[in-house]
Amino acid sequence: MAVSTLIGAKIHRREDPRLVSGRGRYVDDMQPTNVLHAAFIRSPYGHAKISRIDLTEATKAPGVEAIYTARDFEKILQGAMPVTNSFVADKKQPIGWAYIAKDETRYQGEIVAVVLARGRDEAADAASLVQVDYKPMTPVVDIDGAVAKGSPTAHSGIPDNIAWDTTVGGGDVKAAFAEADVVVKQRILQQRLFPIAMEGRALVVEYTPIENKLTMWSSTQVPHWVRLCLTLATGIPESNIRVIAPDVGGGFGSKIHIYPEEYLAAAASKLSGQAVKWVEERSENLTATHHGRAQIFDIEVAAKKDGTLLGYKVTQYVDTGAYVSVFSSFQCSAYAIAEGAYDLKNVEFRTVGVLTNTTPTDAYRGAGRPEATHAIERGIDLVARELGMDPVEIRRKNFTKKFPHTNYLGLIYDTGDYDKALTKALEIANYSELRRRQEDLRKQGKLIGIGLSTWIEVCGFGPGQGHATTFAQIAAETLGIPYDQTEVRTGDTGDTPFGYGTYGSRSLHVGGSAVLMSSRKVVDKAKKLAAHLLEAADEDVVFEGGRFYVKGSPDRAKTMGEIAFAAHRDNLPPGMEHGLEATTYYDPPDLSWPFGAHVCVVEVDPETGAVKLQRYVAVDDCGNVINPMIVEGQVHGGVVQGIGQALFEEVLYDHETGQLKTGTLREYMVPTANEIPEFVTERTVTPSITNPLGAKGIGEAGTIASSIAVINAVCDALTPLGIKHIDMPATSDRVWKLIKEAGK
Amino acid sequence: MIPAAFEYARASSVEEASSLLNRFGEGAKVLAGGHSLVPLMRLRLAQPKALVDINGIKDLDYVKADGSRLRIGALTRHVTIQRSKVVRDNLPILAEVAGEIGDNQVRNLGTIGGVVAYADAAGDYPTIALMLDADIVTNQRTIPAEDFFQDLFTTPLAPDEIVTEVVFPVASGPHKYIKFRRRLFDWAIVGAAAQKLNGGWRIGLTNVGPTPVRAKAVEDALQKGAKPEEAAEHASDGLEPADDLRANPEYKKHLARVLTRRAIQQAE
Repeated sequence: MAVSTLIGAKIHRREDPRLVSGRGRYVDDMQPTNVLHAAFIRSPYGHAKISRIDLTEATKAPGVEAIYTARDFEKILQGAMPVTNSFVADKKQPIGWAYIAKDETRYQGEIVAVVLARGRDEAADAASLVQVDYKPMTPVVDIDGAVAKGSPTAHSGIPDNIAWDTTVGGGDVKAAFAEADVVVKQRILQQRLFPIAMEGRALVVEYTPIENKLTMWSSTQVPHWVRLCLTLATGIPESNIRVIAPDVGGGFGSKIHIYPEEYLAAAASKLSGQAVKWVEERSENLTATHHGRAQIFDIEVAAKKDGTLLGYKVTQYVDTGAYVSVFSSFQCSAYAIAEGAYDLKNVEFRTVGVLTNTTPTDAYRGAGRPEATHAIERGIDLVARELGMDPVEIRRKNFTKKFPHTNYLGLIYDTGDYDKALTKALEIANYSELRRRQEDLRKQGKLIGIGLSTWIEVCGFGPGQGHATTFAQIAAETLGIPYDQTEVRTGDTGDTPFGYGTYGSRSLHVGGSAVLMSSRKVVDKAKKLAAHLLEAADEDVVFEGGRFYVKGSPDRAKTMGEIAFAAHRDNLPPGMEHGLEATTYYDPPDLSWPFGAHVCVVEVDPETGAVKLQRYVAVDDCGNVINPMIVEGQVHGGVVQGIGQALFEEVLYDHETGQLKTGTLREYMVPTANEIPEFVTERTVTPSITNPLGAKGIGEAGTIASSIAVINAVCDALTPLGIKHIDMPATSDRVWKLIKEAGK
Repeated sequence: MIPAAFEYARASSVEEASSLLNRFGEGAKVLAGGHSLVPLMRLRLAQPKALVDINGIKDLDYVKADGSRLRIGALTRHVTIQRSKVVRDNLPILAEVAGEIGDNQVRNLGTIGGVVAYADAAGDYPTIALMLDADIVTNQRTIPAEDFFQDLFTTPLAPDEIVTEVVFPVASGPHKYIKFRRRLFDWAIVGAAAQKLNGGWRIGLTNVGPTPVRAKAVEDALQKGAKPEEAAEHASDGLEPADDLRANPEYKKHLARVLTRRAIQQAE
C-alpha cells in the first residue's frame, strides 16, 4: 500500500479481526487470582426510607467474605460523589450524590449494600439473603409530576424538585415575536432511553496496601477522569492510581460517567485487602447505568409570511433523575446549537433541571444535540405547514450561508455549506418525484410521508469507533512508515499522562490532531538527525516516501527505521537528546461543526397505525475523511439509534412504585436489522479550519439527524388527516390513536 | 442474571422423566427448549427446585401424517416444523407460524410441546391448536385443546404429566396467519389466523385474552354468507384483552377486527 494514500483510505478496522473472532479482551476477561466477586444490593423502590438492614443470613451464606454498608464506606470515601458543576452555576440545590444509600433511597437501583464472595454465583445467592426493610414513599417519576405544585419531592427535606433554572439568549426575542406574521408553538417529548451498550459496565480493582496503590480495569470511556475522581474520593494520590480501559463493548455516553460502583469497588478492595470484580448484569444495567434524553421541549417559532424565521423561544426541561449526574451539562448543551442550521439571532433558551425518583440521566449519543435538532427541525416544519411552504424551500431560505458564522451565543461555526448537503440528499432521494408519487398514493388512500432533517453539530469537546485504525492511518502517513508497523495504545492511564476520553465525537478532531502533530514533531527531529548523518544542512534534506535524502541524491537515503535506531546510538548532533518520540497536548483553537441533510420516506398503515420505513438517505459532511469505511459505520449505527428513539424505544416507570415497567429487553424495544431499511450514505466535504486535519466529528451525526427525519416523515404522512405532531416513539398504537381522534 | 441453585436430571424416556418429576416433587420443572423458562430463572422470577431435562428423549421429535391427522412430537423444534415437507403438505399454516416464532436461536431450540405446555397467551401454536380442535396428548391422557388452555399459563397438566404429542387435523386449503408486532422476532401484539377446513372457516386469535381465542362469531357469520369485512367485525365480540405495554384493550380489539379481515382476505 502506497503510504501517501493512507489518509482517506477505506481501510478495514484493524481491531475487527480480533473483536469479531472472540479474541477481544474485555474487563470480564481479567481474572486476577483470589479475586472476590461483588454483588450490589439495590433498592427495588423509587423512593423509600431504609429502616433496617439485616445481614445475618447473608453473612452465613457459602463463600461470603464480607458485606459492607454505608457505615463501612464512610471510613474510605469522602463526602459525596465528585460531580462536574461547570454549567449549573444557577444550581438551586447542592444535592450531593451519596456513594451508597444510608437512610433513604431515591431511585430503583440505588445501592444499599455490597456483598463480596468467592464466586460470582455465591455473591448473587448471598445478595438475595440480605434483608432490607424499606418504608416506601410516594415517588415522583416524571417532569410533569415533579414540577406540579405540591408534588412530593424526590429527596426528603428539599423545598421543590428544581435542580437548576437558567436562561441564555441573544438578539431581541421580544421584538422578533412582535414583528411576526406567524408563531407556532409545540410541546415536544424526548422520551427517556436506555443507552444499551452491548457490554455492560465492568470492573476489576486491586488495592495494594503499604504501597497505597490502586489499579482498576474499567469498561469506561474516560479512564483519566476515573483516576481523577478516585483520587478525589479516596485521597489516594493520582500517581498511585492506574486505570485501564481494555476493549470496551460500546458506551454511547453511558460510560463517560464515574459511577458509585467504581468508588465502592475500589473502597471494598481496600477494606477487604483483596481484588474485587464486578460485571454488570443486563437487568442491573437498565436501572444502574444512566439513562438518556428524558426531556420536554416547549418551543415557539416566530416567522414572517415569506417563511423568514425571526425568533425562537425554547424551554427545555431535563429530568435529571434522582441526582444531578457527572456530565448532565451535556444534556443542556442543546442550547449551544438551538437554532440549528439557520441564521437566526433572536433566540431565548431556558433550561430547567428537574429531580425525580428515577435513574439519573446523563449523556447519550448526541447528548443535547439530537434534542436541539429535533426541536428546531420540528419547529421549522410546523412553520412551513402553517404557511403552506415546502419544507425544502423554508430551509433553504433560512440556512446560515456565510462562514465563519457567529451564532446567537457568540459561538463560531467554522465552515459549512448546508444547501449543498441538502441538495445532494434531495437528488439522491429523487425528491420531486417522491412528492409526485406521494400525491398519487394519497388519492388511493395510502399515507406516504417524506421527512427532512438538516442537522449541525458542535463537537470537539465513544468507544469502539476505530481509533486503532484511524490514528494509525494518520501516524503512518505522516511518518512515512508502513501502516502495519504502527500500534495505537489508548485507555491506560499508565501510558498517557492525561486525556479527556472519548465522547462528543471528539476523538478525531482532538486526538487525531494530536497524533498528526506528534508525528510531525518526530519527522522534524528525524530530519535533523538525518541531515547530521548525511552530513548535509537541515534544509537540504528531503523527506519522501518514508526516506530522508539530500536534495538531488535520492539513492543515498536513510529510512525512518534507520533514523529511529540511530536516535538511540552515540552519533547525535550536538545538543540533541536521545530517542525519537514526541508528546502533544492538543487543545483545538475552536470547535468543529459538522453538518448534513437526511431524507426519510415512510408509509403509515391507516388502519393499524404501523409505520414502515421505506427509504433513508444520509448526506453528511464531516470535513476531511481519514477512513470512509469507519465514517459509514458510524453513520449507520447512529441512524439506527435515532430510528430506535423515533419508533421503538421508551423507558417507562410505574407511577405508584417508581419501578421500571420496561425492566428487560423484552419490554424495551431496541430495533434490529430486520426493522431497518437499507441506507444510502453519501458525503460532501467541507474541511474544518479549526484543526490541522481539516476533520470534523462524525460519531453522533446519525443519531442527531435521524430521529427527527423519521418523525417529520411520519407527521408528513399524517398531514392529509389534519395531524400536525406526534411524540416519540411513534408506535402503531400511538399513531392509531391520533388517526382515530382526527377522524372524530 | 445468575439463576438460583437447582437440581438437574436428564431423562432418556418419558417414563423416566415422569418418575423424576415424582421424585423431585413440588417445584420441579420440565426443561425442553428452555426459551421461556431459562430467562425467567436468570431473572430469578422462576426458582424451580429441580429441572428435568427431556432433551435426551429422542422419540419425541417427529412429524407424521397419519391419514386425516398430523402428529407432531412434543420435542419437535420450531425449525423442524417450519421446514418439514410433511407439515407444509398437510398443515401449511403451522409451518408458516413456526417460521415466525422468535429468531433463529429460538427456532433452533424451542419446541412445540414447550409452547403448548407453557400456555402463554402470546403463544402462536395454541391459537392454531384451539381453532382446529387439536388434541394435546400426554403420558397419561389425551386432552382436547378446548379443555387444555384454561387460563393464563394454566393447563390441566398434573405435576408429573408431560406433553408428548400434539395432533392436528390435516388442512391444506386457504389459510393465513398475521402476526402483528413491532419487531420481527417479538411476540404478537395481536395475531389472527384463518383456515379453510371442511368447507367452513376456522378463525383464531392470539394475545387478546388470557388464553387463545377461537372467533366463533366470525366463523358463523362467514358460514351465513357474510362478507369478510362484515364477518370480521365480530372478531372482537366478547373479548377482554389485557392492558399491557404494547397495546391497550381498545387497540387490541381493533387489531383483532382488522387482522381477522385481512387474514380471511389474504388466505390462499
